[in-house]
Amino acid sequence: MGAPKTLFDKIWESHVVDTQDDGTCLIYIDRHLVHEVTSPQAFEGLRNAGRKVRHPELTLAVPDHNVPTTDRSEGIKEEDSRIQVNTLDQNAKDTGIHYFPMNDLRQGIVHIVGPEEGFTLPGVTMVCGDSHTSTHGAFGTLAFGIGTSEVEHVLATQTLVQKPAKNMLVKVEGDLHPGVTAKDVTLAIIGRIGTAGGTGYVIEYAGSAIRSLSMEGRMTVCNMSIEGGARAGLIAPDEKTFEYIKGRPMAPKGAAFEQAVEYWKTLPSDEGAHYDKIVEIDAADIIPQVTWGTSPEDVVPVNGKVPAPSDAKDPGKQKAIARSLEYMGLTAGTNIEDIRIDRVFIGSCTNGRIEDLRAAAVIAKGRKVADHVSAMVVPGSGLVKEQAEAEGLHEIFLEAGFEWREPGCSMCLAMNPDRLEPGERCASTSNRNFEGRQGRGGRTHLLSPAMAVAAAVTGHLTDVRKLG
Amino acid sequence: MDKFTTLTGVAAPLPMINVDTDMIIPKQFLKTIKRSGLGKNLFDEMRYDDKGNEIPDFVLNKPAYRNAKIIVSGDNFGCGSSREHAPWSLLDFGIRCIIAPSFADIFYNNCFKNGILPIRLPQEDVDKLMDDAERGENATITIDLEKQEIHGPDGGCIKFDVEPFRKHCLLNGLDDIGLTLQKGDAINDFEAKRAASQPWLSL
Repeated sequence: MGAPKTLFDKIWESHVVDTQDDGTCLIYIDRHLVHEVTSPQAFEGLRNAGRKVRHPELTLAVPDHNVPTTDRSEGIKEEDSRIQVNTLDQNAKDTGIHYFPMNDLRQGIVHIVGPEEGFTLPGVTMVCGDSHTSTHGAFGTLAFGIGTSEVEHVLATQTLVQKPAKNMLVKVEGDLHPGVTAKDVTLAIIGRIGTAGGTGYVIEYAGSAIRSLSMEGRMTVCNMSIEGGARAGLIAPDEKTFEYIKGRPMAPKGAAFEQAVEYWKTLPSDEGAHYDKIVEIDAADIIPQVTWGTSPEDVVPVNGKVPAPSDAKDPGKQKAIARSLEYMGLTAGTNIEDIRIDRVFIGSCTNGRIEDLRAAAVIAKGRKVADHVSAMVVPGSGLVKEQAEAEGLHEIFLEAGFEWREPGCSMCLAMNPDRLEPGERCASTSNRNFEGRQGRGGRTHLLSPAMAVAAAVTGHLTDVRKLG
Repeated sequence: MDKFTTLTGVAAPLPMINVDTDMIIPKQFLKTIKRSGLGKNLFDEMRYDDKGNEIPDFVLNKPAYRNAKIIVSGDNFGCGSSREHAPWSLLDFGIRCIIAPSFADIFYNNCFKNGILPIRLPQEDVDKLMDDAERGENATITIDLEKQEIHGPDGGCIKFDVEPFRKHCLLNGLDDIGLTLQKGDAINDFEAKRAASQPWLSL
């Protein structure tokens, strides 16, 4: 028996193809996801160099960032968006990678599609030209975002040049209060470690509160790892994981599945494994969270107040708070629940899965979106949309005054026509509240799907637990 | 990729923390299928008003910094998305080096793939260089990658760290893919072992 290893160590070590003298490694990539925004230059680079895609069968592509969420029968109206999606269509066709085009039922946000198809598996390495690739860590998958040059490198070689990350353990123990969701957990973690707290690390999430989460909830937590600076998040695979994967189209079947499960059971971190940093959080301390500023670390409990620059010690942080207050149009000391909103966005790779829509529908049922608020629900994929409609969730949303849209990234980053106008304030289930993220001058408050509905129906940020 | 050996130029001060990739290049400019031409939209929403006019107060619009080759900034530079459009836009503007106390991982990595040198320095060294940068054209800075030294306008010298392999690639303008393809046998061996030990991974 060697030294005890973490989940990360085990996956990393089993994927090293070559190690250089300075510790730089060549690691094998088992699964590659591709979308239309960060791939055209990579395919062009391959063509210019006369190189081929080494393993088209290990690559799955889907357009998601640019696609309209309204009627798609007329295609994409914006020329540049249309060219980008058409370019992916053509590249997929030319190279033979798996592809779900815009009008395929399976189309959706790449990080929702991967798990749905069983493309995401425990113990594998997975990359995508997208920072929210960390989502797949929920399966015990070492998954992280890469740049376009690296996309090209993976297409050409099925490997990546990397140095190992450090290990961080974030342990959330105890029972979550009713009304507190995975989104609140991840926002609370980022509030604790800061937006750069995970830089250089892979975060392993553990503890009874994490184990108690569904696969959807675990994906929400891992999704936001990058907002805490960590390229990847990981959760040890368990029976819930195996159950989720079983029977999915691209997952192993029959004896191969049983063989895989035996291997997957060896992946969890060994007793006594070393972590370079450990953060412990008591689940009982977490109540619904909301961001007030322009960094995901600008987070407070919903019963809190907007902070003042003087609340920070560091001069750089003081300046950042002052800038955020001005951008957000907020005054220090304001109660979070007194902040009036104009728009609500429910969706994204963070919170666009079926469980998120169910949680939102529970609060929306029998209520009405406030008169001054415009609210939309954007399912994360065509399959999520289909499932939600089978359960009648769309009727609850429509009845309450929400728009019910086609799947895609939508107003998480506003590359399609869904965007905020300058000065508009949005309660959003997405992952980033950066300046201009949801549209130039737009103001984003990040929160859970249930909290987003609470804001929609009251017209201001509201503790969902008060709605009963 | 262009080689990076030495660089002498004006450094633009951007004294804020958490400069994110949405600030560096907003999403409306990610709809291109090319790598080139993004420099005019670098820091677009900080640099232009909503009518497209330059905002005179923004550092890169000031006469002294219009040809800046270096940016000096705060903690966690480049946080946010994986968009390589961020280094592409910096490079297209003419920025070859960024100096900050810390960088986000993906952005840091993307810089090296494009011949841009990101340098991590202790806060006090960054503060000193920020002061130099505030002096505009009167204070050019020289970066010597081979020696791993930054020479300020007043004769000071600051040493910096860079990983040996990344340095080697930058100094020689090397393409990663070409280097990796030389390890084709090792990749083939790995794939053969993987197919035997984890057959369920094949698709």
